[in-house]
Amino acid sequence: MPDAIKKVPLAVKVNGRQHSLSVEPRTLLVELLRENLDLTGTHVGCDTTYCGACTVLMNGAAVKSCTIFAVQADGAEITTVEGLEREGQLHPVQKAFADAYGLQCGYCTPGLMLSAFELLTRNNQPSEKEIRRAIAGNTCRCTGYQNIFKAIQMAAENMKGA
Amino acid sequence: MYPREFCYHRPSSLKEAATMLAQLGEGAKLLAGGQSLIPLMKLRFANPAHLVDLKFVAGTSYIREEEGGIRFGALTCHAEIESSSWASKIPILHDCAAGIADPQVRNRGTIGGSLAEADPSGDWATVLMTLPTEIRCLRPEGERMIPISEFIKDAYTTALSHDEVLREIFLKLPPKGSGGAYLAFKRCAPVYPTASAAVQLTIEGDACREARIALGCVGLTPVRVKEAEAALQNQEISEQTISSATEAVRNSADPQSDMRGSADYKRSLVAALVKRAIEIARKRARGEKVEVSHLYA
Repeated sequence: MPDAIKKVPLAVKVNGRQHSLSVEPRTLLVELLRENLDLTGTHVGCDTTYCGACTVLMNGAAVKSCTIFAVQADGAEITTVEGLEREGQLHPVQKAFADAYGLQCGYCTPGLMLSAFELLTRNNQPSEKEIRRAIAGNTCRCTGYQNIFKAIQMAAENMKGA
Repeated sequence: MYPREFCYHRPSSLKEAATMLAQLGEGAKLLAGGQSLIPLMKLRFANPAHLVDLKFVAGTSYIREEEGGIRFGALTCHAEIESSSWASKIPILHDCAAGIADPQVRNRGTIGGSLAEADPSGDWATVLMTLPTEIRCLRPEGERMIPISEFIKDAYTTALSHDEVLREIFLKLPPKGSGGAYLAFKRCAPVYPTASAAVQLTIEGDACREARIALGCVGLTPVRVKEAEAALQNQEISEQTISSATEAVRNSADPQSDMRGSADYKRSLVAALVKRAIEIARKRARGEKVEVSHLYA
């Protein structure tokens, strides 16, 4: 093991705001968000790349932030659940999850909303199968998924022409 | 969970990465998408003292056609392959890329990382065993090409030497009249398959001219089943020849009993997957469109 681990400089844009920091190489992206930047909306569920509670967008692509070192996000743009609303207005995806009861305990919800957001950004008229495939990496232990599915359909409907 | 501490290195070329590996010694590991390595490090199954991060090396993620084949940059992620036009022309590539884990993992994980990790349950190695594939590798002193059959040596072990970097995957385009299918059976999206089967056929009239059959998750490495291939080669594909092929598959699979199922169960499962994959590959070889991805319990 090396004697002294050098911290690594890191520049990352999170929800439109630029941050310059210095981190230990083993810092995970989810820790950087939660511990260094106080963005606690991104949750740690399984911590083993399974559940998707920690899903954020990195340069527009959904990723599991428990399975990325913060240094790998150098120069990247990150969107977390805190970055979905605009000027105090909930994003249509957030509103649909509330209106369609797409959550119960809420632990998995930020990750699910970001997977849904990524899908609807690429494809505003997803088929049933495309919705199911898009959230296959997000585990929910409460809802049974039906209302989450309905929420994403509702969000797609509300985002048409937006 | 925190991995052990490590030093982080960011080379600007693959050659520099190979030189770094040579200088840093056995404690150094390459980091590509990290979708297998980071979980292993968090569980402390892997404890590298140095990580050499390839993701910032420019020009390592691409899909190009040349010399009658396709070249994949080692750092090309599964999601890019899934959405590429090549994946729709060679459907077995789409079956594989579109079924690996879940969207988040496919956005990060790379074809080169998957091959270099050589997990016995990994998807790419099994699929590429059915296509003429060579792995282009780079060391400080030069390059070499390794056929896929010689690349995977054992569970989690490849032919790469310590200071060698997987640079590119080159596969020859299958001839006209070819079709393939890859079926992997999983309990849910994020997990590794319980068993998987890749079949690539070339059909002429009613006869099967060329057959390649490879199995994943039922041995320490993906295995080609030559007896099963011989059962189809230069034969008409019929219930009888398919049944001889699946019998050969059942005999040569060597699965372990584990949390995903007993050895007997996996032997039956993989034979059933081969049977279905042959049927889909045959349809595709005749130009029919058949949509499949990984199968779920």
